[in-house]
Amino acid sequence: MTPQPITHHIDDALLMAYSAGTLPEAFSLAIATHISMCDECRATLESFDAVGGQVMEDQSPVTMNDDAFAKTMAMVGKQSIQRPKPANDIPSVLAGYIGGSLDDVEWRALGGGIKQKIILAGGDATARLLYIPAGQSAPDHGHSGMELTLVLRGAFKDETGHYRAGDIEITDDSVEHTPIADMGEDCVCLAVTEAPIRFTSVFYRALQPFFKI
Amino acid sequence: MGMIGIQTLEKDSSLNSAMDDRVVSEDLKDKADPVTIKTADQWGSYLEAIKSTHDVAAFEALFGHFAPRIKSFLLKSGADTNLAEECAQEVMVTVWNKAHLFDPTRASAATWIFTIARNKKIDALRKASRPEPDELPWGPDHEPDQTDVIALQQETDRLGRALAELPEKQRKLIERAYFGDLSHRELADETGLPLGTIKSRIRLALEKLRHAMS
Repeated sequence: MTPQPITHHIDDALLMAYSAGTLPEAFSLAIATHISMCDECRATLESFDAVGGQVMEDQSPVTMNDDAFAKTMAMVGKQSIQRPKPANDIPSVLAGYIGGSLDDVEWRALGGGIKQKIILAGGDATARLLYIPAGQSAPDHGHSGMELTLVLRGAFKDETGHYRAGDIEITDDSVEHTPIADMGEDCVCLAVTEAPIRFTSVFYRALQPFFKI
Repeated sequence: MGMIGIQTLEKDSSLNSAMDDRVVSEDLKDKADPVTIKTADQWGSYLEAIKSTHDVAAFEALFGHFAPRIKSFLLKSGADTNLAEECAQEVMVTVWNKAHLFDPTRASAATWIFTIARNKKIDALRKASRPEPDELPWGPDHEPDQTDVIALQQETDRLGRALAELPEKQRKLIERAYFGDLSHRELADETGLPLGTIKSRIRLALEKLRHAMS
């Protein structure tokens, strides 16, 4: 990816949660894709990883089993390390989810030239690609929780600003917005939304073994 | 960077005490350039030894320090004893296998090992995967600049001290976030974390890498 003048970034709370590994996969996908295009957020993420390293370092050690080292030595060299395949128009992490480049996507028409492709529908969040023809406005989409919109191609603007390739918009349900694609180029975005109600509950599910809820 | 002298002294004393009971291979001792080894991340130099010579003694020393902390971290994240033990071993296997990917200009050994433990935690406890940002490819013959390695380590130490000095309540909040005991909604945008200097250090390392590639 060529470095671009990215002006809309991921906020610290989301980056920290991504570093901690507590976000639903769909959210992590949008964040990983943005970071692949944005050195600024990559540097912030790696700082949060340093915080995580320090938190781990500060834990009081818990004794390992007597045979732990021997068992570990018996396993080294046997894990396969997979390398993601390179893609040339989008970060590899996203290419892995859509099975190739943006030109290979099998879109589903939503009317008015607007198309979408759901690429990840978990119980807690959904990631989709949105295709908005140049000059068109995206369908009115009410969402009940947080939404991340990452521009992959083209640009759009709405009530909150102008977003170009690599920019990410973070909105919650208090924001009513109608994205309109710039003239000149069709706009493709990765949009991630929380599934209503269940998003909060996923954290409780994660906590169950911890609190025995 | 006029603070090298003082930082170095502090680092030395803490490292020496932590290392007293560790077995260090003769190979490492012989090669040890006193400036490099004592000022840079010592655990990082062990990772380098695993990468370059498959040094088992260096790996055992790393294991002795990190495996019990990884296990502790996983227990607090909700794993039971067996799972935490098993995962800590698997994390150390990955540490060995991926040692060649460690970049000491961008992360300390503890930071890098944390990211492996974190991914193992998501995989084993949440049965989920975590999409990872694309790795920045190395330039043709990228050799880490020792000045950058030392500077990064100093920023990491400073961050560690700043964390330790945070008010108890704030520090516990950050711990809870990393144990997965706090949703991102509960995370205030202002965590009170002093990320500024370490962030600019990492930013610089990324720029150098980009420059080496172009």
